[in-house]
Amino acid sequence: MGSIAESTKQALVLLFGGDPGLWEIVGISFQVSLTAIAIATPVALVLAFLLAFGRFPGRRLLITLFNTLLSFPAVVVGLTFYILLSRQGPLGEWQLLFTQPAMVIGQIALALPILVAMGHSSLQAIDRRAWETARTLGAGRVRAVYTLMREARFGLLAALLAGFGRIIAEVGASMMLGGNILHYTRNIPTAIALETSKGEFAQGIALGMVLLLLAFLLNGMLQVVQGKGRQVA
Amino acid sequence: MSSNRRAWLKRALLVFTLATTGGGAAGDFDRANTVRLATTTSTENSGLLNDLLPRFKAATGYDVHVIAVGTGKALRMGRDGDVDVVLVHAPAAEQKFVDNGFGEQRLPVMFNDFVVVGPHADPAGLQHADSAGDAFGRIAATRSLFVSRGDDSGTHKKERAIWRAAGVDPEGAWYREVGQGMGKVLQMANELDAYTLTDRGTWLAYRDKSRLGIAFQGHAGLHNPYAIIEINAKRYPDLNHKGAKALIEWIRGPVGQHAIAAFRRSGEQLFTPSADRLAKR
Repeated sequence: MGSIAESTKQALVLLFGGDPGLWEIVGISFQVSLTAIAIATPVALVLAFLLAFGRFPGRRLLITLFNTLLSFPAVVVGLTFYILLSRQGPLGEWQLLFTQPAMVIGQIALALPILVAMGHSSLQAIDRRAWETARTLGAGRVRAVYTLMREARFGLLAALLAGFGRIIAEVGASMMLGGNILHYTRNIPTAIALETSKGEFAQGIALGMVLLLLAFLLNGMLQVVQGKGRQVA
Repeated sequence: MSSNRRAWLKRALLVFTLATTGGGAAGDFDRANTVRLATTTSTENSGLLNDLLPRFKAATGYDVHVIAVGTGKALRMGRDGDVDVVLVHAPAAEQKFVDNGFGEQRLPVMFNDFVVVGPHADPAGLQHADSAGDAFGRIAATRSLFVSRGDDSGTHKKERAIWRAAGVDPEGAWYREVGQGMGKVLQMANELDAYTLTDRGTWLAYRDKSRLGIAFQGHAGLHNPYAIIEINAKRYPDLNHKGAKALIEWIRGPVGQHAIAAFRRSGEQLFTPSADRLAKR
């Protein structure tokens, strides 16, 4: 099996020797997860805004629902969409199972609750009167929404980073919906699972390092963003 | 100060947008030139497909998307029309699959054999066994650790057939059903100093990383034939049947068969081509 030191050394060689297979996997991970977050974010912003400032029946229930979905296991999301997207399922006509779009769909479902729940709480922290003030000062609805979003931008950015952090490192849904197809749906987490099962620990460690580095960068950005937020407040 | 912050946010947003637009375009792929193959972990983990498929692509232009799972799950994907073609190794289940109208016909591709691997000390005394059933009977009698795939794969189906032949209903702390692929099971058996049943191809690919050795092999009951089946064209007319046929023709044709025979791991041949033979039960 080789020692940890040996595997780690090989991992570094893979990472910095420009191994094309490895970087392709990293690229697929980013393509899929960035697409998912780009689609999920606008939807989540609208939902978060409605939940924070809207007044409609079922609002509290919806908030509870999104908070519950936060702890939804990724494999269950994977299974749910697997059943929906399989040819035998209600959305089978689309023939999306084992494609990148299927992975994107699963990741949207995973990111959305985080974006909505965190977005909602950061928007809710804004004084409700800000909305009325903006409107009184002659801001149109769109303009007023924009003003409020700007007020909450640090919290919203934190939500974005947290959502991205969850889906880039998620293995269950990607494995089930993407099928771990080489050059196409094999992303960092599913590759780690496969390489580990093959006993190729070096590549697993190399990819793990990429994820760790990414987590570090995201958390670093989060710290900076929150620090700036505190300065403003 | 404030404009600095705004510039920073704008820059972050720009990077983000650029990255995502690049991502959107990559989501598309050419379905007509893609064949979707559900197969067993043994064909992928041994490295065989990584050797064959680039040649197939060079010859025909088709990309093959490989989904490596157990035989049971691969057949299920075929039944549901989620793949175009399956390459599996469980003759009885395959025949049923075709009889039920889920697949076109079952065509032999290659074979290897199963081996029982275990600790070198051989606590169950498999070297004295005279059949696969007898070997398993000895493992059960001595309550030696045994790791089972437990995932309804071809290997798992074979294992259960051998337990039946041994007249043993495996149960107890010595029998570990783990629900993992072949490679993972070999690793677990290695860590636990346990016996397990494996196809020879995967074993050869893992041998150098394992402290275990072959405890029992070479008996008629351990034959392991692989067959390829196109999914029923009437049931699912919109699958890529042209691509599936091309793959079947190529892998069973002279070029594919020769490539299978030439495929080596640590100097040993892993699979024997068998397209010209009748599929053995």
